[in-house]
Amino acid sequence: MSPAPLLDVENLRVRFETNRGVTEAVRGVSFTVGRERVGIVGESGSGKSMTGRAILRLVRPPGIAVADRLAFDGTELQSLSERQMRTVRGRRIAMVMQDPKYSLNPVMRVGRQMTEALKVHERIATREARSRALEMLADVQIRDPERVFSAYPHELSGGMGQRVMIAMMLIPRPDLLIADEPTSALDVTVQLEVLRILDDLVKDRGMGLIFISHDLRLVSTFCDRVLVMYLGRIVEEIDAARLHEATHPYTRGLLNCLPEVGGSRAPLPVLHRDAAWA
Amino acid sequence: MSGVASTAPAKIAVSDLSVTFAQGRRRVAAVKSVSFAVEPLESFGLVGESGSGKSTVLRAICGLAPVSGGDIRIDGQAIPQPRDKAFARRVQMVFQDPYGSLHPRHTIDRVLSEPLAIHRFSDREDRVVQALKDVGLDARFRFRLPHQLSGGQRQRVAIARALIVEPEILLLDEPTSALDASIQAEVLNLLTRLREERSLTFIMVSHDLAVIDHMCERLLVMRGGEAVEALDRASLADRQVRSDYTRDLLTASEGYKR
Repeated sequence: MSPAPLLDVENLRVRFETNRGVTEAVRGVSFTVGRERVGIVGESGSGKSMTGRAILRLVRPPGIAVADRLAFDGTELQSLSERQMRTVRGRRIAMVMQDPKYSLNPVMRVGRQMTEALKVHERIATREARSRALEMLADVQIRDPERVFSAYPHELSGGMGQRVMIAMMLIPRPDLLIADEPTSALDVTVQLEVLRILDDLVKDRGMGLIFISHDLRLVSTFCDRVLVMYLGRIVEEIDAARLHEATHPYTRGLLNCLPEVGGSRAPLPVLHRDAAWA
Repeated sequence: MSGVASTAPAKIAVSDLSVTFAQGRRRVAAVKSVSFAVEPLESFGLVGESGSGKSTVLRAICGLAPVSGGDIRIDGQAIPQPRDKAFARRVQMVFQDPYGSLHPRHTIDRVLSEPLAIHRFSDREDRVVQALKDVGLDARFRFRLPHQLSGGQRQRVAIARALIVEPEILLLDEPTSALDASIQAEVLNLLTRLREERSLTFIMVSHDLAVIDHMCERLLVMRGGEAVEALDRASLADRQVRSDYTRDLLTASEGYKR
């Protein structure tokens, strides 16, 4: 393990300049990620997804992302050309999006999409690409890789589709995986299986993982460290195991407003937002 | 499970309900012989994952899905086929997606006035104002369009629309799954308060066991169109569950385990 962090973000800002004025989605966010599981939690509009996209320089115009430092493995990503950036994207840093239905090409067989990703990054024979893809599908606990390999995306269930996405992203063996709500579209029991797969991959390959989610309970049980975002800022950073000791009223509010099996029937505590948090 | 044993008939009794969708030769049995009874003023939950048929049960009750077997009774009476205006007056539904369930070009005022006009209510003006107040929305929202409202505010409008005709039964199809956790808490509290104030009977559908546990006295776990297990709140709290599937759902509701 290298002493320097895998990813070093300092004062990241994302703003949208439209003719109705400037909206700041991310307002000065700093954090580091090592070979660990870091969770980013927040409500919709907190800027958590934009932070993930900005790392890969995927913020679309009119959005503008700037940071004092955006270093991956010692390289400043902001100084790379678009062409150089393409060798980082997918190969060194990969991203899994929320809904497999919209991230897979519906008219291309799964196998072809997977090997296409591989061929872009490496000079590799079709046969070898195929065997690597099949191996990867088996790694994400797909019982019948051959069938899935030759299936179209609509023939797969949501959980299966998300596994295919994860497999596809992991074929080039990235060092950092950004997972943006990877399990929100899945059933709860399937969700845990997908998390298990991600967990094993982080452990076995020493990969770094940024796990973006709105589900504080899930993040706190899955990640090592949690960044809590509110209106484009990190309001609290805390070890997941010590989340119940969180001090920020926003974090506490998010934790308390979740109903629990066997919990009290009293009205749920609601979050009273304070203008000072922003 | 039968509400027949008690002297008064159940508010809603669903027995051996089956729903089959047929298209050409393809037949999909979405609900297979499901039975349950909901007592007056009770809040009853249906829990399951996607494809379990839980939403289809609700849709079958209010006539949005074809009933292919079994029957549904309200206060001991078979429900009319097709559902008539009197039925709509008594039974209302709140849908999952607050972004899809409101007409994008109708103001909130129009959304709320329409059911009043259909059911020939008098003093509509006052009722609209009161309905907004009941769900905790400021009067200034009245002449806005849905896109000017947040998800939580829209869901409040959807609840106001359902309650404006003063129904006895409210069918709730994942009313909070599209909302942030903090907004979910507000909407759940609102529903609990309105149920007490209006003496409503709820049937609530959710994939989230914790939400159902918080809101309902009894619940039915469904999977693949079939009823897996009927439970009450106490047995859920004590983890007294019989099926492995319910146990899986319980484990999943606690988060990830290393």
